[in-house]
Amino acid sequence: MRGDVQRASVSRRKGGELESAVLAVLQAARAPLSPGEVREQLDDDLAYTTVVTILSRLHAKGVLERRKEGRAFVYTPVADEPGLAARRLAKMLDAEPDRQAVLARFVSNLSESDEELLRRMLG
Amino acid sequence: MHLLVYLPLVVTVLAALAARTLSDRLPPVTATWLLTGSAVVLAATTGAVLGLLALTALIQVPMIAATGDWSARFISQHDPASLPVAILAGGALTVAATAAARTLWRRGRAIAVAHRHARELPGNGKVVIAEDEAPDAYTLPGVPCRIVVTTGMLRVLSRPEQRVLLAHERAHAAWYHYLFTTAARLAAAANPLLRPVAAEVGYTVERWADERAAALTGDRKVTAHAIARAALAAKETPVRDPDALGVIGALARGKRPGPVPRRVAALLRPAPRHNALLLLVALALVGVAGVSALAAARDLHALLELAQGGH
Repeated sequence: MRGDVQRASVSRRKGGELESAVLAVLQAARAPLSPGEVREQLDDDLAYTTVVTILSRLHAKGVLERRKEGRAFVYTPVADEPGLAARRLAKMLDAEPDRQAVLARFVSNLSESDEELLRRMLG
Repeated sequence: MHLLVYLPLVVTVLAALAARTLSDRLPPVTATWLLTGSAVVLAATTGAVLGLLALTALIQVPMIAATGDWSARFISQHDPASLPVAILAGGALTVAATAAARTLWRRGRAIAVAHRHARELPGNGKVVIAEDEAPDAYTLPGVPCRIVVTTGMLRVLSRPEQRVLLAHERAHAAWYHYLFTTAARLAAAANPLLRPVAAEVGYTVERWADERAAALTGDRKVTAHAIARAALAAKETPVRDPDALGVIGALARGKRPGPVPRRVAALLRPAPRHNALLLLVALALVGVAGVSALAAARDLHALLELAQGGH
């Protein structure tokens, strides 16, 4: 499950994708991790400061929670995996003008008269 | 050439008028292919005849005529189209091409973002359950497509209805329905007369998925109820970002039933049977549009050849 996200080489990726990789490590861990531990579990050799930067950025976005443990912070994801992924997804798609058009929704919005009509159909 | 040029336009207007009837009368798979294919062919042929008309203006410009070694006088004597019409056609073609390019760019970007997220969604399974009170379910374009269902949606549906929902979304994913709607949307951007056809494609892919779900679960009534219940629940607890487009759609629809009641009503009736006659008539008309555009192109070519000898 976590393998997919982690396996891909991090070095080739840019900002947002580094964030996904770091997030995937934390989600897989299911326990708070320090920047050092996150760095160890990433496939690529990232500088310690890079990992700290990514973690603080994710924390600032409200994606991660952190608390002080010893001298460093330890981080955990705020929400469960699928919920978080879906929320991030919704945010990214919101920026696209055609966002609603590409999603095949099970049900589209109802007008007031549609609602009445449906209630009558259900009997 | 005069009459031939306008035939694709006539067929396009007919297609716009007949789209709703076709999607109601034909099985959804047939209707989807027919309407999408017709939209693409008609957009291409109307674009082609606009191009031909514009060309007749260009070749009457003495300088251009000289480069092609055509007799401008010969061409204007045979008056393929009046100059204002030709200029108008050129303008329309430019607008159409720009609109299509814009739509392609926007839609392409949205699909690319969706593809990336379909890859990034956790797990390897096709279906992802999202912790969210708002009842929602959708298929995300990708290779493969991924399906997102919220816990709020699962809560309002019974077990058999949940199976309907999953079968419906799996059909969207398996047949890459977003490609049909995107193709139709592009055609409608290039030729706004095709908008009703593109709107019907949006409806027929839903019907396609509904019929597939009904066939897999073997119960049309449960399928109809699942859709109705999901739509009513979604109205009570709307998704956090209300879809502004949907609101506009509802206003424009006026008193006519929207897509959801139409789908439910269609499921409460027996599945539509094949209608070979209707299909043949529709295909023949689209064929006429294609052939007339080709014939108009051939006429223009013949005129140019004559003009070369006409000094």
